[in-house]
Amino acid sequence: MKYPKFLVAAAVFYAAIMLLSLVGVLNGYFMIIINRSLIFVILAVSLNLINGITGQFSLGHMGFAAIGAYVSGTITTLIFKLPLPHALGLAEMGAETVFILAIVAGGAAAAFIGFLIGFPSLRLKGDYLAIVTLGFGEIIRTIVNNIDYIGGPRGLLGIPMFSNFTVIFAFAFLTVVIIRNTIESSHGRAMLAIRENELAADLSGVDTTRYKVTGFAMGAFFAGIAGGLLAHLISLAHPTQFGFLQSAMILILVYAGGMGSLTGSVIAAFLLTFLTEVLRLVIDWLNGTVGIPIGTEWTMVVYALILILVMLFKPEGLMGGREAKILILPRKTK
Amino acid sequence: MGSIFNIQQVINGLQLGSIYALIALGYTMVYGIVRLINFAHGDFYMLGAYAAYAAFYVFNSFLGKGSPLAFLALVVAMLAGGAIASLTNLLAYKPLRYKPKLSSLVTAIGVSMFLEYFFSAFPFIGPSPRGFPEILPKVIFRGFGAEISNYVIIDLVVAAILMSGLTFLIQKTSLGRAMRAVSQDKDAAKLMGIDVERIITWTFAIGGAFAGAAGLLAGLTYPRIDPYMGIIPGLKAFIAAVLGGIGNVPGAMLGAYILGLAETFANAYNSMVGDGIAFALLIIVLLVRPTGILGEKIADKI
Repeated sequence: MKYPKFLVAAAVFYAAIMLLSLVGVLNGYFMIIINRSLIFVILAVSLNLINGITGQFSLGHMGFAAIGAYVSGTITTLIFKLPLPHALGLAEMGAETVFILAIVAGGAAAAFIGFLIGFPSLRLKGDYLAIVTLGFGEIIRTIVNNIDYIGGPRGLLGIPMFSNFTVIFAFAFLTVVIIRNTIESSHGRAMLAIRENELAADLSGVDTTRYKVTGFAMGAFFAGIAGGLLAHLISLAHPTQFGFLQSAMILILVYAGGMGSLTGSVIAAFLLTFLTEVLRLVIDWLNGTVGIPIGTEWTMVVYALILILVMLFKPEGLMGGREAKILILPRKTK
Repeated sequence: MGSIFNIQQVINGLQLGSIYALIALGYTMVYGIVRLINFAHGDFYMLGAYAAYAAFYVFNSFLGKGSPLAFLALVVAMLAGGAIASLTNLLAYKPLRYKPKLSSLVTAIGVSMFLEYFFSAFPFIGPSPRGFPEILPKVIFRGFGAEISNYVIIDLVVAAILMSGLTFLIQKTSLGRAMRAVSQDKDAAKLMGIDVERIITWTFAIGGAFAGAAGLLAGLTYPRIDPYMGIIPGLKAFIAAVLGGIGNVPGAMLGAYILGLAETFANAYNSMVGDGIAFALLIIVLLVRPTGILGEKIADKI
């Protein structure tokens, strides 16, 4: 384990939340918010790998989450009930094992699609890539919307609620550690070189296409994981959950937290998920107690303003590319 | 009818293409000058539709249906689109002009979200769709196995007039010459005494005005408007601009008509293909000829 302090911090966080939830201080409502925050952590950290570390620009991150959600949801909900898995003895593995395998399968499917999309389109630069990934996200949504077997426009209903705090926390922890380790490896150095100057990296012998596609597929993998966890948390996978708007929300997390800073993405994921709830309470309060009828759209107005103001006045985001001390490799003293 | 390729589909495709063309021109002009994909451009189209809605509402209640003065609504829509576009440029894009390019792109996404949700949260506009008022009774002419309504003629004629006007402006006026100069080389243009920021503001204003006009035409043709109506046409118009060669004004018009026709034919075949064909075209163009049909290859500077 390269980051002993991070491991300790994560263990303390996990124990504290578990304890507080067992004692009853954190009721189900809070646990849902925390679970959602952790899923957003996975999404933001993985998008940060693509946008912040490799310097590409993906606008279709939720498209990969959709693949993960639908693949894993289909496995646990539909395929698991068919006769074939029973004949193969898969049923004896137990629901939890199937669930974890399904989540990983969802991630793998997303990574595969990410590879297929990334290979041709990563030859494109910045803003073109943004449009292609945006288009890809819309295509995924259209496809899902038109396949009746997985629910079509009704969504995939009745997905078992297997996601709990422990599973989501474990995946979020692994995501942060794996992506952090990647950044510190030679692969990560190559990705950072591409971000700083693609031409210079290419001339220095970095196989830019390979590292861009690797980064893209890795980001897609974790987005798929997050999508699967989300589907098994709210027992539903619906085409409208994975639109352009949701992809833009993840983008807000990455930019508000700071490009290239995993710490920033984690903090932003928690802050903005809690902000959503606070805004919802304020809107409810204004509607109910004060009697000013205003719509829930104001939440999104606030988000849009956050994004614009961050870009105008603090474009480096909350953390400005730095990491918390617990996520920095201890220097070798010699 | 039979085949999906018939005169009726061609007319429908040209009509859709006209609307795309008016939006795509703004995209391509802005991209040509500041190298920014203005994601909020589709929302200027939405604002134009709402401005036209308000104008028609006023005209219809004071002057009665079918008054020739209703054409003033076009001016209102264009002014609204142009004003919001240049305001957006001054408030959101100008401070980022010399920062990394992706900052402006992300800001553009923020502006787009802001416009969509602000107007859907705004009490007098609201999130729910509205029916667009009729300005004049619909007349349908038949012939050659196809039918064409006066609304279609309005769409085609207004788009043609505006596009000819724009071509004249770009080719023959001093503002147009300055715009071409800035899009070729900003620094050299500045050294020649061109006020680059003023030209950029004008470019946004003209692009926004065209989007506003497209909003009015779309409102007439597909009479249902809502605050999110700009997202998909905006994207498709951008694709049209890329198809023709982004930064190239005739290219945007050509790309828009090609896309309009392709989409209409594909929709006649299958609605899912119709939804996806624009993106499929985009990916093919970017892979086969990234500069678009009329675009020129620009070498990377090292």
